[in-house]
Amino acid sequence: MLKVSGLGIRYADWILRGLDFTLGAGEVMAILGPNGRGKSSLMRAIAGLTRPDEGRVECAGDIAYVPQFITPGFDMSALDLVLTGRSRQVGWMGSPGARDREIARDCLRRLDIERFAQRGINHLSGGERQLVLIARALASGCHLMLLDEPASALDFHNQAIILDVMRELAQSDGMTVVFTTHAPQHALEIANRTLLLHDARDFAYGPTPETVTSAQLSRLYHLPIRRLSLDEDGHRIETAIPLYHAIARRAATGDTRA
Amino acid sequence: MSLSGGRGLLAPRHGLWLLGLGLPLGLLLALGVGRFEIPLRNTLGILLSQLIPLEPWWSDIEERLVTWGRLPRVLLAALIGAGLAVAGAALQGLFRNPLADPQLIGVSAGAACGGVLAILLDGSGTLLVVLALIGGLGALYFVRWLAGSGGGESVLTLILAGVVVSAVFGALVALAKFVADPQNQLPTIVFWLMGSLAGADYPRLLLGAVATSIGLFMLWLIRFQLHVMSLGEDDARALGLPVTRVRTLALIAVALITAASVAVCGVIGWVGLVIPHLTRLLFGAHFAAFIPLTALLGALYLVGVDTLARSLSDAEIPLGALTALVGAPMFAYLLRRLRRPEGA
Repeated sequence: MLKVSGLGIRYADWILRGLDFTLGAGEVMAILGPNGRGKSSLMRAIAGLTRPDEGRVECAGDIAYVPQFITPGFDMSALDLVLTGRSRQVGWMGSPGARDREIARDCLRRLDIERFAQRGINHLSGGERQLVLIARALASGCHLMLLDEPASALDFHNQAIILDVMRELAQSDGMTVVFTTHAPQHALEIANRTLLLHDARDFAYGPTPETVTSAQLSRLYHLPIRRLSLDEDGHRIETAIPLYHAIARRAATGDTRA
Repeated sequence: MSLSGGRGLLAPRHGLWLLGLGLPLGLLLALGVGRFEIPLRNTLGILLSQLIPLEPWWSDIEERLVTWGRLPRVLLAALIGAGLAVAGAALQGLFRNPLADPQLIGVSAGAACGGVLAILLDGSGTLLVVLALIGGLGALYFVRWLAGSGGGESVLTLILAGVVVSAVFGALVALAKFVADPQNQLPTIVFWLMGSLAGADYPRLLLGAVATSIGLFMLWLIRFQLHVMSLGEDDARALGLPVTRVRTLALIAVALITAASVAVCGVIGWVGLVIPHLTRLLFGAHFAAFIPLTALLGALYLVGVDTLARSLSDAEIPLGALTALVGAPMFAYLLRRLRRPEGA
């Protein structure tokens, strides 16, 4: 479905080089990395918004990119925003037809947010707006959905809703889903594959349970992080806990190692 | 930043009915108003007599005043008002800047420069129209060339290029005023630059109608694409919109409308800035009805202001001054709203 080979992105220096991975239909992939490591640049390159300086991105299907925020020049209704997802089908001239409207409404209904259709997007909460943006991506008829930190600005309840939507799209629609996050527990919850961006040429990629480990996470964030398993109502929950106090102790002893 | 909610005071459908019926009524009333008042039944009769033979119950002078004086002027005001308002709306969407209007991209300045040159050459009305059009389109070409020369063309470079081009053409106009004959050319230039519909006649109406209709039609065709562009170029590109093509088309349409309006009636500011915001406040931001509503409101606004301009005092008040007098307080109000924190 998605094949990235020898990908390199450079500004002044290489921020990514020699990245390879493949992802099949219906798979969910999480991308983790510290701030400024190149997560967003990688997403933009996959989305085709920037041309990579090296290597190639091949995708057998349409791609939709879900930004973390949008700032429209003027307020518009949620339905009108979802309709913009039909841009590719409408083309450079003309207007969406009855069928496009029907699809847009279906997508709102699908995510159970039809009640927002006529509400201005500047009057929606962060979680509601994120759902509307996902509905818009869905309306584009995409096969690969790229989400830039979809749950970062959300409370726990809304995080659960967004994670569930992503999992559901992959499982029942066969959608390939790629998202960036700073929350390892989100990767552990829904991603079957995870990419860790350690350094410009240093990556870890593989099945999430083997990739998102205490050792890898500690190396990624230069902070001790413990992966934990809990049993809750017969469900096995995997999560990760950062040992924040280690930073304070390290500063006190002058130790700069990870 | 939210200037108005998604909903206005009136549903767009009701707005279309209201303005669609209000505009013909406004035009009819404007025909009777002036230093020489004509009763409504007389103007109505004069208009009807153009279509069906009627025994006149009005005077000959009234008929001549309506058909040769006020009718072309009122129709031209409606057309130019509609054109400038929609051009402003298109630019605001394109640049995601609520303060954008046709003067921003340098087209008004270019057209004004062409027109002033024609007056300097003691040219006819035709020469003025032709040179204003050339000046406006030339300014647009110049702006696009400047903005494109840095490689990628962004909104910021486009606006900066507009500022540069406006400054250059503004300076040329100032120079022209300096060398103009102070007895007859200078007053003509100054009055023309202030904007006036006093010279309206059927040839100008025809020119204004053709250019404005083409521009309006182009913008109406890409109304959805302009709606997408208001989300930002990056987002529009990610959605698969051919951003450069849509922007080029919109700018050509805006230039055509602006240059034509400057050619036939001088520089009239504030319509493009104020009317789109008024439309949003009144009828909400729904894109499908936005362009027709803006056009109707702009037409009604300029017909109203022009009627004031020619009837408030014995001498004609410059139209550009009046649109600013009404527009500037609106602009000040918008600025106050903008400075308030989000959601306030």
